Amino acid sequence: MDIVVCVKRVPDLSEAELAIDRRSKRLDVSDLEAGINEWDNFAVEAAVRLKEAHGGKVTAVTVGDEEAEDVLRRALAMGADEALHVSDQAFADADPWLVANALCKALQGRPFDLVLCGAISSDGTSGHVGGMLAALLDVPQVALATALEVKGRKALVRHEVEGGLEREVELDLPALVTVQTGINEPRYVSVRGIRKVAEVEIPVKSAGELGLAAERRVRLEEMFLPPSGAGAEILEGDTDEVVGKLVERLRERGGL
Amino acid sequence: MGGLEGSALAPADASPFGLSGPLLHGVLLAITLATFAWILRRRIELLRLGAPDPRFDRLGERLKALLVVGFGQARQPRYPVAGTLHILVFAGFLILLLRSLTLLGEGFVPGFALPGLGGAAGEVYAALKDWTALVVLASCAVLAWRRVVVKPARFHDRHALRSHGAEAYAILGLISLLMLADALYEGSAMAREGGRTVALPLASLVALALGTSSAGTLDALHLSAFWLHNVALCFFACYLPVSKHFHVITALPNVFFSKLPPPGRVKPVQHGLAAGAEPERYGVRALEDFTWKHLLDFYSCTDCGRCSDACPSYNTGTALSPRMISVKCRDEAYVTHPVFGRASQGERPALVGGLIRDEELWACTTCGACEETCPVTIEYVDKIVDMRRTLVEEGRVPAGMQKALADVEKRGNPYGKLARKRGEWIQGGGEGCGVRLLDEGDSATLMWFTDSATAFDPRIQEVGRALGRVLAWAGQDVGTLGADEVDSGHEVRRVGEEGLFEVLRDTNREALGARSFERVITSDPHAFNALRNDYELDKPVLHHSQVLAELVAAGKLTLGPLDDGRTYTFHDPCYLGRHNGEYEAPRRVLDAIPGLRRVEMERSQERSFCCGGGSLYLFHESEGEERMGVKRVSMAEAAGAEVIVTACPFCLINFEDALKTTGRADRMEVVDLAELVARAAGARSREKPAEG
Repeated sequence: MDIVVCVKRVPDLSEAELAIDRRSKRLDVSDLEAGINEWDNFAVEAAVRLKEAHGGKVTAVTVGDEEAEDVLRRALAMGADEALHVSDQAFADADPWLVANALCKALQGRPFDLVLCGAISSDGTSGHVGGMLAALLDVPQVALATALEVKGRKALVRHEVEGGLEREVELDLPALVTVQTGINEPRYVSVRGIRKVAEVEIPVKSAGELGLAAERRVRLEEMFLPPSGAGAEILEGDTDEVVGKLVERLRERGGL
Repeated sequence: MGGLEGSALAPADASPFGLSGPLLHGVLLAITLATFAWILRRRIELLRLGAPDPRFDRLGERLKALLVVGFGQARQPRYPVAGTLHILVFAGFLILLLRSLTLLGEGFVPGFALPGLGGAAGEVYAALKDWTALVVLASCAVLAWRRVVVKPARFHDRHALRSHGAEAYAILGLISLLMLADALYEGSAMAREGGRTVALPLASLVALALGTSSAGTLDALHLSAFWLHNVALCFFACYLPVSKHFHVITALPNVFFSKLPPPGRVKPVQHGLAAGAEPERYGVRALEDFTWKHLLDFYSCTDCGRCSDACPSYNTGTALSPRMISVKCRDEAYVTHPVFGRASQGERPALVGGLIRDEELWACTTCGACEETCPVTIEYVDKIVDMRRTLVEEGRVPAGMQKALADVEKRGNPYGKLARKRGEWIQGGGEGCGVRLLDEGDSATLMWFTDSATAFDPRIQEVGRALGRVLAWAGQDVGTLGADEVDSGHEVRRVGEEGLFEVLRDTNREALGARSFERVITSDPHAFNALRNDYELDKPVLHHSQVLAELVAAGKLTLGPLDDGRTYTFHDPCYLGRHNGEYEAPRRVLDAIPGLRRVEMERSQERSFCCGGGSLYLFHESEGEERMGVKRVSMAEAAGAEVIVTACPFCLINFEDALKTTGRADRMEVVDLAELVARAAGARSREKPAEG
């Protein structure tokens, strides 16, 4: 079976002191490391495991700047067979609609049985791209998969729904599934593994080559750090007391 | 003392079943030699499939190891009973080897004597070997009693797939049979010829017992005993290389080909590979991927269990038993490379992941206690690292460790802290500690390679600043790389991520190369080991305990009394002590503190018990019944210590944690040597700063 997995390069925000560049309305990433979006990492692992079990081919696709190539190399090192890089200045600050369109165009003429996306990206956190792409490709879609199996021409998917419930569904292939973290244990990618795929040719397509108008439907107005709250409350007492007080407060304020 | 007339019938003159004695004996010997040579050939064939391993260098050191650890049995006395018995049996083996050769000669020549063992020398030897045989027999009896009755815990490994105990009984039985057959051979002749004497106690006892037998009976016994002995001897020789007693043949060569110091230097991916060249085999996936010496290790394992008895991981209930790595691999070698025929066609489990499970490999802290205690110098750390290289290559790395490795790759430290903040510990929000951040082109006398724990762990930053202050008081000119330093890669390499280690090493070497300094000081034994043994720097690398000992000896650091009435003990960090042989420097520093009362734990110095591992092991701890740190602080308490002094960030973290979780924090303390020196030197040095 042929699987396409969509990946995104995102800045690593953990431990970082975030700063906003007011002029470009963007996060100042000069100080930050970047890497594959966590959800996408699970999607790549899911794709490679399906290939290992059923045979076929995995193609990793990304929409991003030149540097985004490294997440494709990483996917190749994990076991993807091919990569496709959609790269254009026009994609700077692309909205989910533009990204979904770019992915759709990039996949034209490329037969697939299954498209896997991470459920959301850690930077944009809209969670829209998977759904939009499924609509553009006109295939059925399931979001937030926590288990994924393929039997013949059907996919069996367990996924999260509201209220902490999970649901198991069956859908005909071709289909698109967005993957929740924890669906598997992604393999480690060694420095040597990356080195081994350093020479693999990765085709690059520009917006023009894909016949893509850089149309955006969402405009960014402002980006800011949330104002600090009124202050924290420190609970006093021994452990039992503190736990009691905490539970009480969580109950009061709807946390439990 | 009288006997019957005449002399006993020599085996070479006898014709059992009407066949010539020498001819029969020749046939026995030919069959034995052919079988023995064939088995050995098959065993050597596997060694030849192994990876290269240069072990023919430094012959002087190798001979010394052979004499001390091999013939000298230096590692045996640690287990007083078993060790003494083994020394007796081993010495007996060497002495009786001559006797066995003589008896083989007697099959052809009546009254055969080895060159130099005729006449008076022969009589002395006869007495020596008779007494020896008695001692060996008695030892075998005690050894068998230990197996049947005493059953020390060490004998049974909780991870054993099957018992090799029967082989132990077989060998004890065979040895005893050889002793008894020879005694009967000698005794029957003595009964016929006379000459009972205390010089030959065993033969005399037998002769006494046979006292009234007829000449014919004695001759028959004499001949039967001879054949029994020599057939048993021939069987013994061929049985050794198909059992766990192959060590009788391979142990001495194995000791000769030991890994020579420093033990902390880890095996490269492939020996003799040019820098940057791609290795033919990466990591150990199958038995044949081990080096020939590591395969010889498997042959040499005696299944004695001392390694696992010393192993902190085995002792805290994890999946690891180093002994089983050797035993399982030897069993696998015997199955897949059988003496006769081909290996069975059935599917074998994968070596890495099947026969040896991932959890076993991740449970090792590379502390080296197993290797240090092995009487036949079997290596484990290098093998485990080699197998982990395969796990890393295949991506089978536990999640916690993946995160740490990813952080090391991206940010140069396993804590995920920002790389540019690496030098901020020096100030620590306070007055600083006199350590300078060196830009490219700058110089300092001492280059402090801090490594990630000192740079980023809040508790270890305190230790770092204490050391900085002490060095400043002693007038030392100390600089550090700050944000240009990345993790030393010590654990990264031992986890099996060689590619990442190479990147880290090269980054650090470049940063060091861009500054001038005379010596490197490290405050972490792991960094010490990495820079000293893995980096191949052209400058001396010291651990802070060594620098402190130097400063104390040179009078640049004066230590005052602590006057706290407490009892101190020093915990030897694995990579300072066992892996680099430095036991004295930290103790000299402690003893320079006036009035400090210091006790030793039972497991101290080369027997030190790992705290639970450093660096990446903080991010992935194997499941066990008890934590190593907890076990270790119990040992310190049992020794009567109230303060555990160590000289390693991870020992400090693990022990502080163990004191808290076991409710000992109110009566015990753990400090780094540098902190203790800061306390003892504090007031005095500030009043009278030493001259630079």
